[in-house]
Amino acid sequence: MSYRSPLARARGLGPAREGVGHWWLQRLTAIALVPLVVFLVVALALLGKADYQTMVAWVSSPLVSILLIALAIALFYHSSLGIQVVLEDYISTKWLRLCAIMLVNFMNILLAIVSIFAVLKITFGIAQ
Amino acid sequence: MAEFRLPANSTVKKGKYYEAEKNAGNVKRFKVYRYDPDAKENPRTDVYEVDLDRCGPMVLDAIIKIKNEIDSTLTFRRSCREGICGSCAMNIDGRNTLACTKSIAEIKGDVKIYPLPHMPVIKDLVPDMTNFYAQYASVEPWLKSSSPTPPADSERLQSKEDREKLDGLYECILCACCSTSCPSYWWNGERYLGPAVLMQAYRWIIDSRDEETAERLDALEDPFKLYRCHTIMNCAHTCPKNLNPAKAIAETKKLLLARR
Repeated sequence: MSYRSPLARARGLGPAREGVGHWWLQRLTAIALVPLVVFLVVALALLGKADYQTMVAWVSSPLVSILLIALAIALFYHSSLGIQVVLEDYISTKWLRLCAIMLVNFMNILLAIVSIFAVLKITFGIAQ
Repeated sequence: MAEFRLPANSTVKKGKYYEAEKNAGNVKRFKVYRYDPDAKENPRTDVYEVDLDRCGPMVLDAIIKIKNEIDSTLTFRRSCREGICGSCAMNIDGRNTLACTKSIAEIKGDVKIYPLPHMPVIKDLVPDMTNFYAQYASVEPWLKSSSPTPPADSERLQSKEDREKLDGLYECILCACCSTSCPSYWWNGERYLGPAVLMQAYRWIIDSRDEETAERLDALEDPFKLYRCHTIMNCAHTCPKNLNPAKAIAETKKLLLARR
């Protein structure tokens, strides 16, 4: 039982004075992902039956390396922002929501590091 | 988690069946949600057979006929019966609308009538609007100005163009059809302001006579108060006045971006 007025409850702790950045970056990363994903899909389709050496040579070329790293950053950043919004929508238990968002962010950061590391390792790595 | 199923004591059971008189010509069945907090029973849907030959054309006419002639315990809100007060907002045939402007003839098969979705029910078709009205009050929906008040024999001037910016916003009657059709409002209604209130907030943000635009934008800049809108568009789809709250919310987001 609470005797707080409905207006006090509606006002709550007040506006967080943020959210524009999150919203805008989600759109920016989405726009960046359009050409990057098209590039990856088209390239993989063309390279479909290439052997190991050809793939390594393709990934190591400077332009491809850069585009793949850009793709990894845009993709995992976008995924992190988007999944956070979904979790905020559907999980109403506060601690569970916080834990889920933390877990998803850690996963996305880890996956981004792994992807970038893989590209760099192939590009600059020890010759096979 | 957001609750996707009704709790056991809210599951809707089969209710009573009221048959029409033998000589009724044009019978239509109305399936109406009933809940009585004093009865300590689950909600139920009662079925009323109504003779449309002896009933007005709108759903509200049928509900009033049921209350007057068949079952006086049926509880609902209504006032103006011409779509301007917003009292008789309810879920008819699966869509939130005003019972007074919804024609019975438009509905194929039985007419299913429920209270506005995802609101606490006080009785039958009467939802508890306390939080909705408090949220409306929280955006301070009145003109705020620090400039000296114009003298008693003159007005605050507004150009025709600036006045036109309020078209499509001022017509809102706060019936809550849009907010209660919004999944984001269902899941986070205690923090998300919802389409109706956000559209009214925008109505004051773009009013050329208002001088607290900045403070109004500050008050909305919040991941929950504003950014729960994911452009689902149920609000614009369901609005009985054909307004577009989603557009007002998008315009607010654009203004917040423009001032960065």
